[in-house]
Amino acid sequence: MKIAELQERAQREWQELKNGDPIIWFGLATCGLAAGAGEVIEAVQAELAESGIAAQIVPTGCLGACFVEPMMDLQKPGGPRICYGEMTPEKARTILKSYLVDGDPCADQALGTVGKGTIPGIPRLFELPVFAPQVRIATRNAGLINPEDITHYLATGGYAGLQRTLEMDPEEVIAEITKSGLRGRGGAGFPTGAKWRFARQAEGTPKYLICNADEGDPGAFMDRSVLESDPHSVLEGMLIAAYAIGASEGYLYVRSEYPLAIQRLSIALDQMRANGLLGEGLAGSGFSFDIALKEGAGAFVCGEETAMIASLEGKRGQPRPRPPFPATSGLWGKPTTINNVETLANVPAIMAKGADWFAGYGTEKSKGTKTFSLTGKVRNSGLIEVPMGMRLGDVIHTIGGGILEDREFKAVQTGGPSGGCLPASLADLTIEYESLAQAGSIMGSGGLVVLDEDTCVVDIARYFLSFTQRESCGKCPPCRLGTKQMLALLEDFCAGKGTL
Amino acid sequence: MTDQIEQVLSEIKVDGAEKGRRTAFVLPALQRIQRRFGYVPEEAIPRIADLLGVPQSHIYGVATFYAQFKLTPPGRHNITVCCGTACHVRGGMKLLDDLRQKLGIEAGETTSDLAFSLDTIACFGSCALAPVVVIDHKVRGRMDRSKLMKALVKLEAEGAAQESEQ
Repeated sequence: MKIAELQERAQREWQELKNGDPIIWFGLATCGLAAGAGEVIEAVQAELAESGIAAQIVPTGCLGACFVEPMMDLQKPGGPRICYGEMTPEKARTILKSYLVDGDPCADQALGTVGKGTIPGIPRLFELPVFAPQVRIATRNAGLINPEDITHYLATGGYAGLQRTLEMDPEEVIAEITKSGLRGRGGAGFPTGAKWRFARQAEGTPKYLICNADEGDPGAFMDRSVLESDPHSVLEGMLIAAYAIGASEGYLYVRSEYPLAIQRLSIALDQMRANGLLGEGLAGSGFSFDIALKEGAGAFVCGEETAMIASLEGKRGQPRPRPPFPATSGLWGKPTTINNVETLANVPAIMAKGADWFAGYGTEKSKGTKTFSLTGKVRNSGLIEVPMGMRLGDVIHTIGGGILEDREFKAVQTGGPSGGCLPASLADLTIEYESLAQAGSIMGSGGLVVLDEDTCVVDIARYFLSFTQRESCGKCPPCRLGTKQMLALLEDFCAGKGTL
Repeated sequence: MTDQIEQVLSEIKVDGAEKGRRTAFVLPALQRIQRRFGYVPEEAIPRIADLLGVPQSHIYGVATFYAQFKLTPPGRHNITVCCGTACHVRGGMKLLDDLRQKLGIEAGETTSDLAFSLDTIACFGSCALAPVVVIDHKVRGRMDRSKLMKALVKLEAEGAAQESEQ
């Protein structure tokens, strides 16, 4: 079936859902579940049965506001979604009855509304200080659709990017991505268009595409959130990338610590196949591509591309020197392109809305947006997506709502184990690849761990060295022996026994 | 157990794969075995080696490289403490200390009655709900000492109830 037909059918089903019984949306990404969403759903199901209320329960992913999980949204036909946070089984039962039976939305308990229409006394969710500065591109559907139903993705504009792609020449697709200024979101910031061009020009068949979903940086969960909330955005990105570079086989390497992401991806792949969006002549085109899901096994180093290739080949995940680069000699010695989850999630939006639209966000050298997991000693911890060029201080104080318990902001750790701590004095720094590198840290994949006056920075350094020492693959002496020595020095420091 | 190992491995279809590329099944084979038994029994290693035509040393090398694989039987209940950065700054390590004291074992070990295994993990990626502890595959966020001890007592009581039933 052609994509336009799939979208039409999905639109009809989406409207039926919206016009049917009231919808109860639940945030069911790992964060919602860890905060107790399972117990809340059980209570709501019991309440529906006891009170004889007709309603549809629809799971969704993570809206990003993990600090108010578990979340529940209520939506009557034709009305906006009303979001409620910090649900307990009792609170959920009360609000549910109040709105669906008595018509009182409990405005004082609502966080905000999403979608068309307003409810007196309730602000619009995306106009709140925590959301207003954000621009959601990679996370455009997160928390708003059911990640386990391809219909929702198609009905909200999904696969439109692929449709446009299939009408273009692969070279034109690469030119479009190059023009958008998209750079690799895994951390290094290599221009995606250039990476695709190398892959297209590389000699040898077959060509492979790997999606790197081995998000290993401690304190970072952007990719998990995207995969659990909107798997099709990444999978559509893979189809577009594969078409552009001429790849026929794709792998999705997901870390084993993300079982829910693996489960949702596997559902998404089945649904793509059932809708003719994977395999031979997908979407009624002459293009064929298939994707295999591969589960990692708990090795941080496998996030590095040559180690990931070794792991896919069934070896110990040890990196090797480059060149040759994977673009010319990767998986099984064939040309291989490796793109990060967030990079690929941006791709369908760029192809659907155009390179200029995307390049309208961000700065001269860093275009578009970047997702961050904002955690640590900050009030509003969660997943955020901001335009490149935003001040670090605005991220922490406006979106993050400042420091927990009104303590003093000391520093923010960015970029995971390879990054650094940016002190409070650098709050005016803008978030761009170059500026963060100049300040001595890196953009990295997007972990922002906020430290307050009580956090010891020496201890943080010791923590990261214990991490890198434990995760060293053991191949090269500078890392294997060096991290051990550095850790010993810092352990002495922390114990007050430092010597020259 | 040998029969069960054979049965798990028979589900892996290697026939279609090129000979030189059969190593690609090493991780999936170990993962299947571990899913079935909770660990990788020693006798599974030569079986996987035979099936895929790779040396036993390769299988053993892979099984010991990746943190996911265990070579000893796990306890009936698993408690895994997240050691990610956010959990670290919000007291995850204190929870680990509490567990070590309470269970009398180190991370990576199992109690002698095989009731509990204690593990750590680099990061679960549920950082916004730090500190995080995973009990029997269920992720629990915003953990503190009293919630953790309550959960332990509950598991111990369940174990005792099961024993008295038997």
